[in-house]
Amino acid sequence: MNDSVPTVPDVIRVEGVTKVYHMGSQTVHALRGIDLTVKRGEMIAVMGHSGSGKSTLMNMLGCLDVPTAGTYFLDGVRVNGLTKNQLADLRNQKLGFVFQGFNLLARTSALENVELPLLYDRSGKKRDTRAMAQRSLERVGLGKRVDHHPSELSGGQQQRVAIARALVTEPTVLLADEPTGNLDSRTSLEIMALFQELNEQGITVLIVTHEPDIACYAKRLVEVRDGHILRDEPMANRRNASEDLRELGTENASP
Amino acid sequence: MKKATLLKVATQSILKNKMRTFLTMLGIVIGVAAVIVMVAVGYGAQASIEKQIGALGTNMIMIMPGASAAGGVNQGAATFNRLTPADYEKLQRESLMLSGISPVVFTTAQAISAQGNWRTRINGVSTDYQTIRDWPVDQGSFFTEADLRSNRKVAVLGTTVAKNLFPNGDAVGQQMQIRDVPFTVLGVLRSKGQNAGGQDSDDIIIIPFTTAQGRLSGRQRVGQIIASASSPNDVPAAQEEIRGILRESHRLGDGEDDDFTIRNQDEIAAAASSTTKVMTLLLAAIASISLLVGGIGIMNIMLVSVTERTREIGIRMAIGARGSDVLTQFLVESVAISMLGGLIGVIIGFGGAWLVGHLTGWSTVTPPEAVFIAVAFSAAVGVFFGFYPARQAASLNPIQALRYE
Repeated sequence: MNDSVPTVPDVIRVEGVTKVYHMGSQTVHALRGIDLTVKRGEMIAVMGHSGSGKSTLMNMLGCLDVPTAGTYFLDGVRVNGLTKNQLADLRNQKLGFVFQGFNLLARTSALENVELPLLYDRSGKKRDTRAMAQRSLERVGLGKRVDHHPSELSGGQQQRVAIARALVTEPTVLLADEPTGNLDSRTSLEIMALFQELNEQGITVLIVTHEPDIACYAKRLVEVRDGHILRDEPMANRRNASEDLRELGTENASP
Repeated sequence: MKKATLLKVATQSILKNKMRTFLTMLGIVIGVAAVIVMVAVGYGAQASIEKQIGALGTNMIMIMPGASAAGGVNQGAATFNRLTPADYEKLQRESLMLSGISPVVFTTAQAISAQGNWRTRINGVSTDYQTIRDWPVDQGSFFTEADLRSNRKVAVLGTTVAKNLFPNGDAVGQQMQIRDVPFTVLGVLRSKGQNAGGQDSDDIIIIPFTTAQGRLSGRQRVGQIIASASSPNDVPAAQEEIRGILRESHRLGDGEDDDFTIRNQDEIAAAASSTTKVMTLLLAAIASISLLVGGIGIMNIMLVSVTERTREIGIRMAIGARGSDVLTQFLVESVAISMLGGLIGVIIGFGGAWLVGHLTGWSTVTPPEAVFIAVAFSAAVGVFFGFYPARQAASLNPIQALRYE
């Protein structure tokens, strides 16, 4: 297929990816040649206005969609040409999704929500799914809320459950699509602090957002416009969410 | 996905919409219950007919005049009545395989006693009739060889006739008249109830055939000859023997067809039970239509459910569910609904069969395999009608499913 696959693969390697949609007689070029490499341990913010192609890019990176042209390697696996089932297995094993709307199953406890990806695992290695889900929830600070249903949790807590669900399979990369879009600013900070903490533990994080306030917590900024990558550079003034949270706390404390 | 998890997911989803699940299930419940009640009624009819055929007699062989299914032009049974008392005598003399043989001379007449009168069938027979038909007397006695030989005017009554002619009780020893001929009642037969054709077997008077020919019908022909073989295994051989003797008696050449018909009890039973089998099938088929309607109900609700849970399907797919996982999940759900409905339907069907039997007095028989078939069938309905919605779910595009509001 491609001889240039490195021995220690990049988490994500996208080369010349384009995506063309046909909507009736109209042809939409959502992506017009994207090159992107993500190394292990990076924390990247993908920014762009609506219609810039960032959602398409996200779907592509999340193996929910396949490129029209170009190649995409996820953790050394060539994604182009895989069957639907192979894509599903890849999502299960290598990707963790965090959505804007949390997307938890209602009337299902936090623990069972987190356990869900393990139930679709076909490698047969993940036996003690309950304990793994429990540990994952502890990791996001919800060890005591395992039996709560989404409706009994706050937005921030629901997003933490979603992050725990994304983490439980020990994915190669965490893909977060507007993870703070439905949260107030304080809870957003808490979630970003959690992402930063996880990133420090070595987890690769890719966040799609249109808010500069959120993007500034990433290490690297990728800006997409009209299906091209406009900017790809290290974050100039990277902020620390925990510190911002503490400041916010003192501001609130002072009358 | 593990089986236990699949069941749990299905249970959760079923319990989430209790009312809806119940109404969906109702279609299957009614369908299965209807099939079981109908089959029970059909089987009950079959069982009672078999019992009635069994009551005809033991290892019975019937010889009727006329050809039944000869080649060429079929004249139909009894076209030419060529059975005679001579045939009977020849059979009685020459046959080795028969344990009993009796002619039957049919006539219908008004019987009059001091207490009442009654129009009924009168059969002139020989003394063997009792053993062939397996029909003992309850009161008094049957007539004897001596009665037969000397054309005595004696009669044995069926219980219906006895009740109508002698409503005040004991008929034995009483006098009665048939076509102005005085008869003495010797005995009353044990009640046999309805026969396979729905006729009252007990509405009959039995007299010696010699008397019937001499005093009542005046004809020399015999309506029928009945015989019984020594054992059930001997029936076919006995039939062949009878055929040989009768062909000789009627002087039929090699190329000529039989001018008589021989039937055994099993053939009669088969004919009767095939009729009820068709009836049972018909009833079950009509009842299955409601099962079909129930299945369509399941399909409808599953389609609604798939639409409602589009987002859930999207989530499941995003985190790694394959299309087959989603398909299985929805199939398990529809099969669970239909099988549960099937089980409830079985219980209600049993209750319904009992109730129908209780209210109408029909005998109902619920065969145990009907339970198995009903549940298996409802599961099949679940698979069949659940497949299309489940496939719809499995073929959803995860991106669009996640975006679905």
